Amino acid sequence: MLRLLSLELQKLLLNRTSKILIFISFILPFFVILLSSLKINVFGFFTLELGELGVFNFPIIWHLTTFFASQFKFFFAIVVVSMIGNEYSNKTIKQNLIDGLSKKEFILSKFYTIVFFSLISTVLICLISLCIGLYYSSYTEFSIVLKGTEFLVAYFVKLMGFFSLCLFFGMLAKRSAFALAFLFILFIIEWIVFGLLAWQFNANVAEKTQNFFPLKSMYKLIDQPFQRIAMSKFPDKSNLVYDYAAHGYEMIIVLCWTGLFIFLSYRLLKKRDL
Amino acid sequence: MNSILTINNLTKKFGYLTAVKDLSFTINKGNVYGILGPNGSGKSTTLGIVLNVVNKTSGSFKWFDGNVSTHDALKKVGAIIERPNFYPYMTATQNLKLVCKIKGVDYAKIDEKLEIVGLLDRKDSTFKTYSLGMKQRLAIASALLNDPEILILDEPTNGLDPQGIHQIREIIKQIATKGTTILLASHLLDEVEKVCSHVIVLRKGVKLYSGRVDEMISSHGFFELKSNQNEKLIELLHNHPSFDKVVVTPDLITAFLKEPMKSEDFNSFLFDKNIILTHLVQRKESLEEQFLQLTDNQ
Repeated sequence: MLRLLSLELQKLLLNRTSKILIFISFILPFFVILLSSLKINVFGFFTLELGELGVFNFPIIWHLTTFFASQFKFFFAIVVVSMIGNEYSNKTIKQNLIDGLSKKEFILSKFYTIVFFSLISTVLICLISLCIGLYYSSYTEFSIVLKGTEFLVAYFVKLMGFFSLCLFFGMLAKRSAFALAFLFILFIIEWIVFGLLAWQFNANVAEKTQNFFPLKSMYKLIDQPFQRIAMSKFPDKSNLVYDYAAHGYEMIIVLCWTGLFIFLSYRLLKKRDL
Repeated sequence: MNSILTINNLTKKFGYLTAVKDLSFTINKGNVYGILGPNGSGKSTTLGIVLNVVNKTSGSFKWFDGNVSTHDALKKVGAIIERPNFYPYMTATQNLKLVCKIKGVDYAKIDEKLEIVGLLDRKDSTFKTYSLGMKQRLAIASALLNDPEILILDEPTNGLDPQGIHQIREIIKQIATKGTTILLASHLLDEVEKVCSHVIVLRKGVKLYSGRVDEMISSHGFFELKSNQNEKLIELLHNHPSFDKVVVTPDLITAFLKEPMKSEDFNSFLFDKNIILTHLVQRKESLEEQFLQLTDNQ
């Protein structure tokens, strides 16, 4: 396993473009979160301090930081897609197999890399949230800090699922640009199907079905936190209850997709003549 | 003799096209084999199948004694297919390190093999800065990393300039003298003739011949003759029992032998008949002529 991971890391880290993209996808979100936690004086008119709004309170901070950080996953998605695209365009995938790598090992080395970077990202976001939280939060009791850490698990599952989808599209299209286009097409298709279902049946059925689609199920893991923050300001408006939690069954859906995408990538490679 | 690769009734179809048809042969240790055939005769497809990159349609092949999986067997094989495939942004050393990781070979081999192909002084340049000849030599270094039991080369001199071709051939000969089994696929006949002891001839995916190069067609060679009395000579040749066919061109008479005959015996025989030769050459068909005969006959 370490052999496969070190293989892939060597391929990635010696490539300048992917090094920059990895750097952006990991450092940028933390930088943004860190910056937003500072007191910002807007041209001397007023001071903007998000911490004052209570967004950095435990447990809501877990939700907020993971939601924001996951928006930056697209940069690493480019890396995932191009690491497949490059293997095809350089024909090194062929050479790797000839040199004695099995097709299973090839897919696994990519998958381990995805897990590895998802894990690093999760650990980083955990550390930074903890630091900011401990600094700003009104409540720092251990039990409250731990509450909401399921968002970290959700974040990890979400990244892994999304990158596995990218891996599959990369294998399918063989070219980075087409794979990213596929991603966009899938996004549109999901909404078209949603629209059709809503038209044929009703919005409720459509939404429930849509929650099983790959992109939507990944998005659903960490819902947008704005309503929750707004809600925390108006505790009496109970009619606006919105299900924002990271549920176990949502993770299972995404994990199923992850497994399926990895399996399909393997099948595709096994069937293909290079 | 130790067999390294055994292929049995291998068939590969791409849709309606049959690229390899019912192919069987065995590669034994210590010989230099050539796979010969025109473009599109199924050479690369056959190699692709045994190298795990093309899926076979039917038939079977086994590496060594057949007890190891293909990808593990490939760790003991060195192979170059058509063009050198490496990561353009990595240096030669980095690329070879990657291969070492895949094959489970010690990094110490890298400099040793770069020395053999004469790239040691350029080992820290990135692959994309290499010329085609250098790329191909790096590919050979990479294939040699694990001290392979068999070296497979698919068109190793394709697209190279004369110096490049010469360098690659010298390296191949050097490797062959060390006793490494080599399988060389090529459509360049003189290339195969220069380095190979055995040959497998393919056409349209069908095997036409496999065996030693010098036994490819049962031939006793031919004489190229010129003399002062050509008419008399031709008549004599037609009536001589040892000769099969006589081809006459304005400046040369070519007489094909039916049975072995020494040139001195032939010369003294003609001398007795009062024919003085001005030109006498005895030789066998070149591989090219043999190959064309073989592919035309069937």
